[in-house]
Amino acid sequence: MNARRGRAARRDGASQSHTGLRGRFRGWLRHHRLSAADSLYRVLDNRLTSLMTWLVIGIALALPVALNVGLDNARQLSASWDSPAQLSLFLQDEVDGERAAALALELEQRDAVATVLILPREEALAEFSQMSGFADVLDSLEQNPLPNLLLVTPDGTLDAAALELLAADLADLPGVAEVVVDMAWLQRLNSLVELSRRVVLALGILLVVGVVLILGNTIRLAIENRREEIVIVKLVGGSNAFVRRPFLYTGLWYGLGGGMIAAVLVGLGLLFLQRPVTELATLYDSAFRLRGLGLMGSLNLVMLGGGLGLVGAWLAVSRHLSGIEPR
Amino acid sequence: MISFERVSKRYGEGHDALKEVSFTIDQDELVFLTGHSGAGKSTLMRLIMLMERPSRGRISIDGRDLAKVGRRGIPRHRRDIGVVFQNHQLLNDRPVFDNVALPLLISGYDYREVGRRVRAALDKVGLLQFERAMPVTLSGGEQQRVGIARAVVGRPRILLADEPTGNLDPALSAEIMQLFQEFNQVGVTVLIASHDLALISRLHHRIITLREGRLMTGTSA
Repeated sequence: MNARRGRAARRDGASQSHTGLRGRFRGWLRHHRLSAADSLYRVLDNRLTSLMTWLVIGIALALPVALNVGLDNARQLSASWDSPAQLSLFLQDEVDGERAAALALELEQRDAVATVLILPREEALAEFSQMSGFADVLDSLEQNPLPNLLLVTPDGTLDAAALELLAADLADLPGVAEVVVDMAWLQRLNSLVELSRRVVLALGILLVVGVVLILGNTIRLAIENRREEIVIVKLVGGSNAFVRRPFLYTGLWYGLGGGMIAAVLVGLGLLFLQRPVTELATLYDSAFRLRGLGLMGSLNLVMLGGGLGLVGAWLAVSRHLSGIEPR
Repeated sequence: MISFERVSKRYGEGHDALKEVSFTIDQDELVFLTGHSGAGKSTLMRLIMLMERPSRGRISIDGRDLAKVGRRGIPRHRRDIGVVFQNHQLLNDRPVFDNVALPLLISGYDYREVGRRVRAALDKVGLLQFERAMPVTLSGGEQQRVGIARAVVGRPRILLADEPTGNLDPALSAEIMQLFQEFNQVGVTVLIASHDLALISRLHHRIITLREGRLMTGTSA
């Protein structure tokens, strides 16, 4: 009798354990909450170790991000550069100094032109012979091969298209042989920025890989520390996913914390530079201000940290967890 | 409930742990498994737990061939079996309550049900007042009873115990055996590996004896 009652009770219990998909989903969610809370508690409990991990990740992430922010600022600066270009007007050979001066005066009247500088052919020759080292050769020439030159600085508000238009316009003037738009320095700056961007990208990739490896190693140690616990959980029927979960959350917490520290470091760095940069800009009559990550950028950085934490944890877990089986 | 058909287990180095072992344990039965150390008791338990696979032969639990349980099916298989270990295998950094709750947590029970069942299991083994205690603060016998509570909290149909009284004095051992008998009386199939012949011969249950991996007589008491 006693046995029969017991058996009936046990069967009730069994039917409650198979509560269907919804029940199992709730159980799954519960274990996620539990794992998240438990691993956060463990991370906060090992304060010193966790702080070190956070700092290492934070610094590794802050470095490329700070460089990138700096680069963005440089790009913004070069875009707002006051004099984007200079036009060189090579005059025809028969145009002499006086006519050149008259032309210069005439050009300066135009709205699109800011200033005009005359570089007389004699001066140009002297400068060239001095700089090129061909003085002897040049001295032996019967006449000066260089034309008179007008250096035209266009109005600062002109964009690239208007500049082209102005160049074409000036080329049609009588006495003008050729117009050269001197954008070489701008191109140089642009390729310099492009080069820096690639360097920062390469550095960023290296450091991201570093962060993933650091996190992987931290999680590996956590797994080693809890080896016995993993064996016991597997003995009483814990699946791999069940065992994996707390470690993935540990990686997530380390990554998120590292991302936050990185965002704070970048913010502090900008704060540190803000005043001198503003002073410098004021000295140059520029309204330029340093631009930081902003709220969205900071959030993205924190999420990036969290994502890297998950990736690192996943790598460590898939590599080390399957090897731990009850013996 | 548990059936072995000509099961052999040979380890890599050519050592035969089990040779052609066949037996059947019915539901509602309590069976002792005995033999000298090294006779194959642990191997037999490990085969049932799927910690090992047999080299030859067929094992079925509740009519299901264990060879058909794949790697991914192992956790589910273990959840259906309660196990008591000689060295307790408790989580020493968690209180008694958490230790006993572990199988329920794995199965995804909700909190109220977990609390109710854990307390019922602890009450059954007489440790209700220790639910907040850490395992290390308990005596060997108490730790073993925590292990038993954990094994039965999920209400498994099969209960395995590997030398559950290994380190306990005779009085405590008898108490532990009494507990197993009570679980058996409510319909749980119980298999206990033990070399404490003096104790188990007094309990009037079937005894399976292994000697050097072979089955001796399966005496029915």
